[in-house]
Amino acid sequence: MKMERPLTEHIHLDGTTRTLREYVKDGGYRSVQRLATMLGPKDVQRLVTESGLRGRGGGGFLTGTKWGFVPMGPSAPKPKYIVANGDEMEPGTFKDRVLMEGDPHGLVEGMILAGYALDAEVGYIFLRGEYHLSAQRLTRAIAEAYEEGYLGKPLPGTTFCFDLHLHASAGRYICGEETALINALEGKRAVPRAKPPFPQAVGLWGKPTVVQNVETLYNIPHIVNHGSDWYRRLSRTQDGGTKIYGISGRVTNPGWWELPLGTTAREVLERYAGGMSDGVRFRGLLPGGISTAFMTEEHLDLPMDFSSIPPEVGRLGTATMIVLDDHTCPVGFVLNLEKFFARESCGWCTPCREGLPWVARILTSFEEGRASKEDLALLDMHTKWLAPGHTFCGLAPGAMAPLQSALKYFRDDFERHISLRHCPWSKKPAQLRVVV
Amino acid sequence: MLSGTERQELEDAVTHYPDKRGAAIDALLIIQRRRGWISDETLLDIAQFLEITAEDLDSIATFYNLIFRKPVGRHVAFVCDSVSCWIKGSEQVQEQIKALYAADLGQTSPDGRLTVLPIACLGHCERAPAVMIDQDVYGEVMPEKVESIMEKYT
Repeated sequence: MKMERPLTEHIHLDGTTRTLREYVKDGGYRSVQRLATMLGPKDVQRLVTESGLRGRGGGGFLTGTKWGFVPMGPSAPKPKYIVANGDEMEPGTFKDRVLMEGDPHGLVEGMILAGYALDAEVGYIFLRGEYHLSAQRLTRAIAEAYEEGYLGKPLPGTTFCFDLHLHASAGRYICGEETALINALEGKRAVPRAKPPFPQAVGLWGKPTVVQNVETLYNIPHIVNHGSDWYRRLSRTQDGGTKIYGISGRVTNPGWWELPLGTTAREVLERYAGGMSDGVRFRGLLPGGISTAFMTEEHLDLPMDFSSIPPEVGRLGTATMIVLDDHTCPVGFVLNLEKFFARESCGWCTPCREGLPWVARILTSFEEGRASKEDLALLDMHTKWLAPGHTFCGLAPGAMAPLQSALKYFRDDFERHISLRHCPWSKKPAQLRVVV
Repeated sequence: MLSGTERQELEDAVTHYPDKRGAAIDALLIIQRRRGWISDETLLDIAQFLEITAEDLDSIATFYNLIFRKPVGRHVAFVCDSVSCWIKGSEQVQEQIKALYAADLGQTSPDGRLTVLPIACLGHCERAPAVMIDQDVYGEVMPEKVESIMEKYT
């Protein structure tokens, strides 16, 4: 049977974008035209709930459940907002870019449907500032959708009218956190907000707001067109649909593939990415961005979805994997991650602002051959001090996931940095010591 | 002072939000595109337009990687230093750029041609290491390829 790839089957592999004409020829915007006669807002909500669609930004929260918190009916506050989270700044992650560059109208259609389902009449696409090509193509797609009447006037046969704006950000990782994103859109410094209240009830400018990852929204037109049973069957597991999996690092063929949810990491690594590059061996991988825990050889046959990875192992995250090979120092690898987190911490809460640079300094001392056993214990303690519940948002706990798992799986390597007094992977010891 | 065309662009951006300050980032990016960077005077002009204080706007401007509060060169090289690029040798690429243009991170070459900045993951990890020059992203950048890539950025 032909493998179905609803999100990407028409994307041009030469990097050019799909035009409006191509999009419509292949069934694009068909769902919107069916709304009046076939589907009310509740029907769209029901289809999405029954599909088992989970948020593709990394959290994996059930989209239908999230939508269930939005106040509906004539007494609901107005306007309500739907926001596409396109602040794809999680290192190792490039799946939303592939979609937005290759098929910008798919996002517009997904947002119209989400807006219709929730009676949210205004949408924003929050795009990371570095995605200039996505910005150009989305700007054009939005303008075309206005010209065609999909935006800015009542949809055929309904009273629902949707406006959509593109917001290009200016580069800051924390904006991917949904409440920081909301502050950013309001023109405030993008620090996270306390929850509750949750954005679905009190979000942008105090109004009900649903923030969805870009890939999540691309799924909605297909669910509406083909139904929730079809959608569930696309997956190999209880989580519905396909997923864009990706791989970077020293593998033969780094890239992305849309595959059934529940595909194993081994299949992605060996069958699609062609295995490890010549001369290097696999040691571990981060399954989905750098806020996820390492997985090693023993985990490669786990179905990669939101429900099958045991919590003590980790979580799927964005499903764009980063591979650690035996020519790369695991301590140096984790140092790179922690420097990123320390730099991108918004600085709002003390444990994150102070703790992450501290972690980075300790890891630097390992790489420079200055670390002691006490430093190893300090790293262990930080994974507890910066655990969930100790910080204002999820950034620092996310930063601890790769560190904690590295300390578990690659502890020998940390200890060798101490005993050798230099990084075993650096060509020469950083500091030559004279032993008397 | 904001020019007429600048003001018009800002007026257009404001229409996307229910209040003026929603357009703060748009406004900073619009004016930076025209003036290259955001000086103190520019910041004050934009803040007045948005009807917020300059300090308030500066707390936003300084929060972001792509808003320049210091002058930059005619071009800006953003060298990805996140992990997928690091594995594939981004440090060597960074060293090569710094050496070729005599500019450390955060500095501009003496001839004003290029400012070199580190940047978080550019989302081109499958083609690591990645470098963005102004708005153009290049993948699989090896140190020996830097000069030929830079030819068109004079």
